Amino acid sequence: MGKVLVFAEQSHGNLKRSSIELLQAAAKSGNTVVAVVFGSHAGDVTAAAGHNGASEVHVVKDASLDSYNPELFTANIVSVVEKVQPTILLASASSTGRDLFPRVAARLNTGIASDCTELSISGDTVTATKPMYSGKCFAKANFENSAVKIVLMRANQLPVAAADTSKSANVVEQAVVKPDLKTLIKEIVKGASEKLDLTEANIIVSGGRGLKEAANFKVLHDLADVLGATVGASRAVVDAGWVGHGMQVGQTGKTVAPTLYIAVGISGAIQHLAGMSGSKVIVAINNDANAPIFQKATYGIVGDALEIVPKLTEEFKKALHH
Amino acid sequence: MKIFVCIKQVPDTETKIKITPDQNGIDTAGIKWVLNPYDEYAVEEAVKLRDANAGSQVWVLSAGPKTRVIESLRTALAMGADEAIVVNAENLDNFSTAKALAEVIKAEGGAKVIFSGKLAIDDNASSVSQMLAEFLNVPHTTVVSKFAFNGENVVVERDIEGGAKEVVQMMTPAVVAANKGLNMPRYASLPGIMKAKKKVIKEIEFASLNIPATDLKVKYSNFSLPAEKPPVKMLGGDSSAQAAELVKLLRDEAKVL
Ligand SMILES: Cc1cc2nc3c(=O)[nH]c(=O)nc-3n(C[C@@H](O)[C@H](O)[C@H](O)COP(=O)(O)OP(=O)(O)OC[C@H]3O[C@@H](n4cnc5c(N)ncnc54)[C@H](O)[C@@H]3O)c2cc1C
Ligand SMILES: Cc1cc2nc3c(=O)[nH]c(=O)nc-3n(C[C@H](O)[C@H](O)[C@H](O)COP(=O)(O)OP(=O)(O)OC[C@H]3O[C@@H](n4cnc5c(N)ncnc54)[C@H](O)[C@@H]3O)c2cc1C
Repeated sequence: MGKVLVFAEQSHGNLKRSSIELLQAAAKSGNTVVAVVFGSHAGDVTAAAGHNGASEVHVVKDASLDSYNPELFTANIVSVVEKVQPTILLASASSTGRDLFPRVAARLNTGIASDCTELSISGDTVTATKPMYSGKCFAKANFENSAVKIVLMRANQLPVAAADTSKSANVVEQAVVKPDLKTLIKEIVKGASEKLDLTEANIIVSGGRGLKEAANFKVLHDLADVLGATVGASRAVVDAGWVGHGMQVGQTGKTVAPTLYIAVGISGAIQHLAGMSGSKVIVAINNDANAPIFQKATYGIVGDALEIVPKLTEEFKKALHH
Repeated sequence: MKIFVCIKQVPDTETKIKITPDQNGIDTAGIKWVLNPYDEYAVEEAVKLRDANAGSQVWVLSAGPKTRVIESLRTALAMGADEAIVVNAENLDNFSTAKALAEVIKAEGGAKVIFSGKLAIDDNASSVSQMLAEFLNVPHTTVVSKFAFNGENVVVERDIEGGAKEVVQMMTPAVVAANKGLNMPRYASLPGIMKAKKKVIKEIEFASLNIPATDLKVKYSNFSLPAEKPPVKMLGGDSSAQAAELVKLLRDEAKVL
């Protein structure tokens, strides 16, 4: 058995669900699990990392790591890898993970499989499955010539069990490594939404041209508030300027994998399906019974979105407050 | 200055995917190949940058089977690129692809800015640009929706989570991976297409690049199609009944609430 290193991400001092998925999957494999956390709040999540399977947490508690910088993060991950000597490195295919780990893989002269949806670890062997051709098929990634096998997992793909508060991790403080940087992050422009990003959301309520006009997106936001969901959109409404591009789901938007995807007034063009067909349960609401979205949906409602969505919001309110 | 654009040829989105009998790949017979959609933004931005900086040149570079990849290089030439290079190769992974691209760019004297797409829609990995940057020892930014060059530095806007954006400044040379929204890619003009047809595309054999066999790191196997979905369950009654039934099904049958 070897060591599995998990890059644990946190938000406002809480361990992200996607990181909990990875820690628990690593722990189940019987390997020694080591977590690494960056930033001034790194210390806040060491207990949670222990409860979810890490026996050791390396914290690099430095404010310079509070926001992402590819060169700085690469240097610090590589430094931790050299100390821990893992055979497997897991991270989530978040915006940071996807940007950072290919660079880390290149520096470590090792292999990486990105955007995976299934993971199985047996000793030092790791097999990951990833969707290809916009989810039209799946393939298994087999590592060769890789001292550290790096796998980036999509969020919401692995089961999460209750945390075991009787377990705790050894905390190892690491000094930050500061290379000469050629990249400077000048400014972070806050997003429109404080909600979970589409790529991490467990429930997504998505709207298309069937909503008729920008103002009608309010009914989706009301529904999303009740469900704790994130709002997405089709390209048609992004191109029409009703919502920002950050909300677009699809081939040229975001690839999402929620448990529940509610598509409202979306026809189901192949480029939209490319981004959302990995959703576990799909609900389609459309006034055209022949809309292609119904071929992908689990449950279908034929009718006027503006009539049905507010009714749904009321029903969910009732159901969730019992 | 020299501007490089890395492009990948991918199956058109509408392509129906069939798996080979040995399950180790897809059947490429009958596939319509196109320039990766994100790479169109990369080519467009490179051409705009060239036009704004007298004496500049845009080089497009692709690794893949030369007989077909050449078509996508001609598309990029028709959009306004000046020179094209193909690295003739099959069965490269992201690591060896990035290595090959880096070796060629170095051998051609380097570049001030290197554009790529944010991801290739076939493998959906978004890894080549970052690896390329590492092999060239230069900075990179991915998911870029705004680009400016001030003669020395590059300033880009990068889309991050929750609709937020980062403004990033990089010293050149730098790798910039394009997202949708960066620009509106132009259609190739007829004279552009005619000119592109006559261009000589430089061919380099992957084997001549002295990249060790151990630089192949990941092999894909066991290709499979998604499981058949059970047919959709349509809900009946008026909108109130539909809403009530849906909530019940999501809670009791699908168990997602
Ligand atoms: C016949 C065949 C067999 C293959 N077998 C394997 C295999 O066994 N294992 C494996 O891992 N992969 C295999 N691949 C895919 C592999 O070669 C990918 O092209 C490579 O991994 C690039 O990664 P990506 O598609 O994820 O690119 P991404 O990282 O998603 O692409 C990002 C950007 O990088 C640039 N880019 C990517 N690829 C190229 C390229 N080839 N030339 C120029 N620019 C490029 C483009 O600008 C692109 O927008 C095979 C491909 C072919 C055609
Ligand atoms: C290269 C390329 C990339 C693309 N990338 C993406 C992408 O990433 N994401 C994406 O979404 N698209 C993408 N597209 C566009 C895609 O092809 C479709 O045009 C788009 O998804 C359509 O959006 P829509 O379903 O909202 O609109 P429409 O196709 O106009 O559909 C509207 C639907 O609403 C229904 N409707 C109308 N009125 C009502 C009502 N009152 N109540 C309920 N339903 C109603 C209609 O029956 C119809 O089905 C891409 C296209 C190309 C060529």
